[in-house]
Amino acid sequence: MRNNYLYLLVMFAVSYAIRTTPLTLLRKPIQNRFLRSFLYYVPYVTLAVMTFPAIITATANPLSGLAALLVGLVIAWRGGGLFPVAVACCVAVYAAEWLL
Amino acid sequence: MDAVLCPTRGAEFRRGVKAGVPIALGYFAVSFSLGIAARRAGITAWQGFLFSALGLASAGEYAAFTVVAAAGTYLEMALVTLVANARYLLMSCAMSQRMAPGTPLIHRLGMGYLITDELFAVTIAQPGYLSPWYMYGAGAVAAPGWAVGTSLGILAGQLLPGRLVSALSVALYGMFLAVIVPAAREKRVVAVLVGASFLLSWCAGVLPGLSALSAGSRTILLTLLIAGAAAALRPVEEARDAE
Repeated sequence: MRNNYLYLLVMFAVSYAIRTTPLTLLRKPIQNRFLRSFLYYVPYVTLAVMTFPAIITATANPLSGLAALLVGLVIAWRGGGLFPVAVACCVAVYAAEWLL
Repeated sequence: MDAVLCPTRGAEFRRGVKAGVPIALGYFAVSFSLGIAARRAGITAWQGFLFSALGLASAGEYAAFTVVAAAGTYLEMALVTLVANARYLLMSCAMSQRMAPGTPLIHRLGMGYLITDELFAVTIAQPGYLSPWYMYGAGAVAAPGWAVGTSLGILAGQLLPGRLVSALSVALYGMFLAVIVPAAREKRVVAVLVGASFLLSWCAGVLPGLSALSAGSRTILLTLLIAGAAAALRPVEEARDAE
């Protein structure tokens, strides 16, 4: 059994360092093209990897998870913000599980 | 340029609070969903509060909770946090370009702590040099919403009916979609990347060998591979990310 507080400490140390290191040390833009491109793509890839297939397995029924994914994709595509998309996904799951 | 900071501190802070209220409401709902994931990982309400107050990250904390759930190593925790929060490095770089000359270190450290997708967005959208007090104002309402929501998600996750928990557990993924889909719509290369990420993520979960790795390790591996390949094949042309 590992210690949750040590996990917390490691997470905080790494995320705080990520957030403050450029802000305190960097006075010029990053020049390396590969590095810049890599940093640009990382968030989208990470979020996509973490979203699917996890969204399907998070709910009581895989079909309701799938409904959430489809509804979320459509609402986000139409320009829904963070909150509307999140709520729409929840409603989709609730409705799907009520129907099933 | 102390004159920029001093006389308007209160006004800047109040403007920040106003911008932070809608963010706090959104955070509250999503962090509730994060709390449900935290509870599955065996995290208490108090620990969840600390994770969210110090972590202040949706994807980063969610990824961290998968490591806790799998009883992963501390090295794995460090790497997962690094990858899941890598975008904050970019935002921090962008903010570094807009700091008033001579801004004290304490403000750089304070503003860095508050870098999240939303707080970054409202702060960087202000004209001129970035105001620390504006960002503190927005953070002062948004960050507690995030931390308290996480705790309540952990506590109420067991009180609410199963169907409601099931529904709320996808709020987090909805938020992830709200970040990636607009970029995918704007740039075809991002759309292809998202599709490839979905497919490979699913494959990695079922293929023998890869599926034996923890979810956190698979996320690290796939991110390095996919984003690395994309950066090599389709480098980003403009320096707009640094602006």
